[in-house]
Amino acid sequence: MTDILQINNIRKTFPGVVALDDVSFTVGRGEIHTLLGENGAGKSTLMNVLTGLYHPDCGNITIAGEAVHFTSPRDSIRCGIGMVHQHFMLVPAHSVFENILLALEKVPNFFNRKVYKEKINQIIAEFDLDLDLDTPVWKLSIGAQQWIELIKLLLRDCQLLILDEPTAVLTPQETERLFSVLNRLKGQGKSIIFISHKMREVMEISDSVTILKKGRSVTTLERGNFDEAKLAALMIGNDKIPEWEKSGQVEDVDVLDIQSLSVQNDRGLADLDDFNLQLKKGEILGIAGVAGNGQKALAEVLTGLKKATHGKIMAGGEDITNSDAKDSYIAGISHVPEDRKAIGIAPDMSVADNLIMKNFKGNAFTNWIFQNKAAIHQNGAAKVKQFDIKAGPAGTPVRYLSGGNIQKVIIARELSEQPNVLVALYPTRGLDIGSAEYVHQVIVDGTKRGMSTILIAEDLDELLKLSDRIAVMFRGKLIGYVDPTNTTRETIGLMMSGVTPEVVA
Amino acid sequence: MFEILLDATVKAGTPILFATLGAIINERAGIINLGIEGLMLVGALAGFAGTYLSGSLLVGVVLAFCATFIAGSIHALITVQLRGNQIVSGLALTMFGVGITALFGKGMVGKTIVGFERVAIPGLSKIPIIGKAFFNQDLLVYFSFLLVFLIWFFFYRTRWGLAMRSVGQNPAAADTCGFSVSKYRFLAVTVGSGFVGIGGAYLSLASTPMWIENMTAGRGWIAVALVIFASWSSPRAMFGAYLFGGITAMQLRFQAMGTNVSAHVLQMLPYIFTIIVLVISTVRLQKGGNQQPEGLGLPYDREDRK
Repeated sequence: MTDILQINNIRKTFPGVVALDDVSFTVGRGEIHTLLGENGAGKSTLMNVLTGLYHPDCGNITIAGEAVHFTSPRDSIRCGIGMVHQHFMLVPAHSVFENILLALEKVPNFFNRKVYKEKINQIIAEFDLDLDLDTPVWKLSIGAQQWIELIKLLLRDCQLLILDEPTAVLTPQETERLFSVLNRLKGQGKSIIFISHKMREVMEISDSVTILKKGRSVTTLERGNFDEAKLAALMIGNDKIPEWEKSGQVEDVDVLDIQSLSVQNDRGLADLDDFNLQLKKGEILGIAGVAGNGQKALAEVLTGLKKATHGKIMAGGEDITNSDAKDSYIAGISHVPEDRKAIGIAPDMSVADNLIMKNFKGNAFTNWIFQNKAAIHQNGAAKVKQFDIKAGPAGTPVRYLSGGNIQKVIIARELSEQPNVLVALYPTRGLDIGSAEYVHQVIVDGTKRGMSTILIAEDLDELLKLSDRIAVMFRGKLIGYVDPTNTTRETIGLMMSGVTPEVVA
Repeated sequence: MFEILLDATVKAGTPILFATLGAIINERAGIINLGIEGLMLVGALAGFAGTYLSGSLLVGVVLAFCATFIAGSIHALITVQLRGNQIVSGLALTMFGVGITALFGKGMVGKTIVGFERVAIPGLSKIPIIGKAFFNQDLLVYFSFLLVFLIWFFFYRTRWGLAMRSVGQNPAAADTCGFSVSKYRFLAVTVGSGFVGIGGAYLSLASTPMWIENMTAGRGWIAVALVIFASWSSPRAMFGAYLFGGITAMQLRFQAMGTNVSAHVLQMLPYIFTIIVLVISTVRLQKGGNQQPEGLGLPYDREDRK
């Protein structure tokens, strides 16, 4: 039997960036094939080539023994390829039904709603999902949205399913459920390309693993020939996975006391709902939760981007909920990968200019009403050196820096005012291991001079290694705290799905 | 008295209704079209010239549709194919429309034609109060009724319509489902422009059967505002267009009755109304009644890396 997919020597460049250098691998029928690689290794780009969104510069793709040449996603769909994109390809304003219907082939232009609703409901029942077809997609949880994406592929009868980091938005329990569905599909002879960088999951589900590194396929290993350490070593190119030290200098003084805080989003729904949190001096408080359960709102209300509709933020007995005093007290890092350039920095301005952007008080960088160019450059050069930012020649716009270096610019700027509290929202998402480690080091160093950090992250391993305490959020509420030295991933997983600790224990 | 007012309301509202419907089709696919005013003028002149030269109203209407279809394809080429700035392109289209119709319309000034005449629909036109206003009108008015329904049906009951709405909401989603974003956008802009042209033709073939330079007098801009007021829905566009038509009809009535209020102030009413409409709809949009296509105004580039 021929392999379902063969990829040979694919290369894809974007202006100024080589996203894929030379990638080759083969996926057999009825196989779950994992693509493993750090962020920026080219996994998503490769998959966009496979789905016909990107045209490769060279190389070829063979499907079931036949050479194919995709000029649009339609060609890829015709070959039985379907993909759940990392950023879902859904229309939030449309209903579940409309979203699924859009993906189906061979639907007549004047279609019978009833017939198709029944068809879709059948699949929903078959996989025991809880989905109402008439609900608009924006009202659904991220997990439910992912099921819609999967249903789209199932109804289309895809032979090769590609899932781009599907577990990033799921609780461990939901992940288990997804894996059982994937195994069932595998049993039906379908092939699956699974993208992840969570070792545990890769070990659990993969029949074979291809490792991508800097746009090149390093090697493909069959089940039985790999273990976590080996994969990590191949992926990072370093035999040691760095261990992070904990600060361990927590004083039993509340620097922040958040009391029944509520925040509404643009849709008028509660992002934070009666939320309570205490942050101690010198503490790194990890926030665990599935993406979209209010973490972003928490960061935004703390850093003044959003107003609280109810509740209080107390700092040392003083109410700073919606006051200006908060600005000097809390430094905010709003960092989400897709808007890193949109929110964190002014992309077209230089590194030096970005570094002083928060310095609107005081006049260290001004000469009367004019900018003090010399001071700005001096400060820029000093920070570039101190934080080891690879910034190119002076005056280079920040947009040309890599993700890790942009993040360093943001951190350098936020920490320059010596804040009492740092709010870090996914500070290492999208960074390579080296940059991520550096970010962690900076946060730990900060605690040594008494800074407290609220660290919002999605990688439980990161939280477990770095945090002094972990608070778990679910649907805008605090479910409870856990001690990272004395808990299990399963406990946190249950709490992330809304089960309170008493029930867990 | 009320019957006459209602009749004048429908007459004044119909050209704006066509233009609003055309603009809705544009924006549903994600393309802002600020060229409505210019397109209406092109439609008005093409419709009048077509009828004047051929003696057939049908030829005039078809010509109006075709001329604006072609004019609209300029906007489509710039915004869809070349991914240019939709605002700038639209404004240019309006200026182009104003200029080219003034130039080529010179020969049509002062000419006369026999415009659309009333055709009473048996039975329906006998309904008290509303019967005369809605069912004793010309054929284009009836066509506008049909169009309101057809556009709603297209968008909410056909797969093409679903695809076109998706293209306007999230082009990447439509693209990955195998629909050509550029094809749908191009068609939406050109066909939508065609209907805008019929709105223009209504002015020169039915409202006042003659060609007057710049005879749209800002109605295209009102249509642009009504799109937001109507939340991109064709039945609500009908309501909005007649609301506007009603105010126009009323101010004309007041003028005819000879009130003490200056005619200039009365003539301002429809435009003041437009501003009020924009304020109300914008506030409503912000309060979460959001129906605006999310991809509106954004060019789509498949290989664009965010």
